[in-house]
Amino acid sequence: MELAKKVVTIKNLEYEYPDGTSALKGINLDIFEGESVALIGLNGAGKSTLLLHLNGILQSDEGDVEVLGMKVAENIREIRGKVGVVFQDPDDQLFMPTVFDDVAFGPINMGFSEEKVKEKVRMALERVNMSGHEKRAPHHMSLGEKKRVSIATVLSMEPEILILDEPTSNVDPRARRNLIELLNGLDITKIMATHDLELVSETCDRAIVMFEGKIAANGDVEEVLTDSKLLESHGLEAPVLVRLFRDVMNREYIPIRLEDVIEKPNKYKI
Amino acid sequence: MKHDFIDKYAELESIIHRLDPRIKIISFFCFILLVISTSPTKFLNFLLYFLLIFGVILVSKVPLSFVFKRSMVIIPFVLLIAIFIPFLKEGEIAGSYSFASLHLTVTYDGLIILFNVLSKSWLSVLSMLALASTTKFPELLKGFEKLGMPRVMVMIISFMYRYVFVLGDEVMRMKCARDARSFGGNSKWHIKTIGNIIGMLFIRTYERGERVYVAMVSRGFIGKIKILGDLQVKKLDLCFMLAFITFLTIIWTVL
Repeated sequence: MELAKKVVTIKNLEYEYPDGTSALKGINLDIFEGESVALIGLNGAGKSTLLLHLNGILQSDEGDVEVLGMKVAENIREIRGKVGVVFQDPDDQLFMPTVFDDVAFGPINMGFSEEKVKEKVRMALERVNMSGHEKRAPHHMSLGEKKRVSIATVLSMEPEILILDEPTSNVDPRARRNLIELLNGLDITKIMATHDLELVSETCDRAIVMFEGKIAANGDVEEVLTDSKLLESHGLEAPVLVRLFRDVMNREYIPIRLEDVIEKPNKYKI
Repeated sequence: MKHDFIDKYAELESIIHRLDPRIKIISFFCFILLVISTSPTKFLNFLLYFLLIFGVILVSKVPLSFVFKRSMVIIPFVLLIAIFIPFLKEGEIAGSYSFASLHLTVTYDGLIILFNVLSKSWLSVLSMLALASTTKFPELLKGFEKLGMPRVMVMIISFMYRYVFVLGDEVMRMKCARDARSFGGNSKWHIKTIGNIIGMLFIRTYERGERVYVAMVSRGFIGKIKILGDLQVKKLDLCFMLAFITFLTIIWTVL
């Protein structure tokens, strides 16, 4: 990771909401190319607020945010093309009457020609496995389908950084599994805010714990997710697998994914 | 939840459904124009107009019962306005009634006007239903935009179409939550709850508007929405329009 390019650099970022509530209190964070980073923490810990700084929706006078080597405040338009944000509620993300119009919205705004736009829409829908649904209206789709189209609306802009706010909230298990496979198949830098620690263990390589507007911990997923004390003191709960191996079975090696145990039963002494 | 009260049956497959929306808009508006400019006593013409639109609906495979049930929606409004005309219009008397000191007379001229208003409005509604139930709403919007409707209007209607279902769901959920907790209570209290629901809905809509705007800005929105129009007029479209309008003019002029 040392050699990888830095794609996000945040220095001493502070943010106060207009009503005076302090949301971010001195955030320092680097994110490298190709990383998959999870922001975890309670509601109101500042995860979403931090994400909104990465494409300049929120801007603060205090601190610096640099994305892809550019200062966000000065390169808003370019940055919005390179940083794709998928919001939590697909009904907010999908605002056009048909899937095609929605996925085409970003590329059209970026000024691509008609053929290029169509090509990008086709590719984006193919990547999320929703080809052939171009003419459908969002109100006729299931939540899982809406989530996937939401991701397509951003992929069609071919972003270098993909930001997801609660990607698996409210979706059923099958749709969740599809989403996880979809996310793992995307070969770009991903940053996601979530409570779903199982999702984190399956899709991310770094986890950042946020608490009351500060970064409380920042490390490898294995390291953070197996630290029950850390998680509990910040209102979170370690995955069941971790608690089983640590608290019930008192093992030395603690797995965070079920697949790990299945693959290496000897290491975990099963 | 699934809703389809706006363009129910627009997903069916038929020649009429496949036509370019612009062709349908122009044809059906011509229909209305000619129908309302037909002289009121040409009863045969009205019958032929009806048969023409009936034929179109038949070909489109949209259930007749649905179209006729829907078309009845307009009748009470028309009656409310037109029911007094036969009593007020002067002319040859068709009948007279008296209730105590009230003398009412119905004239032939008045009856013809009533028939005129009723038949024309009903035929117009039928043609609009034929348009709406054979065209998907987004296509209809594209058609209107291509025909020169201001983009702002098109966008407003398009957002309305997108979010009316979301809001509908939200109202249903709130109603559900209310019903789950309300046992009895007097009517004053019920009205108060409805007031709260409306207020809550207003705030939620306002907040959703902000979130949608943020989502738009995140994807490069700078104040102007552009959509790709992939409409193409085919031979079949032109044939339909020509045939439809020829029939109309024949009915209108020759008979």
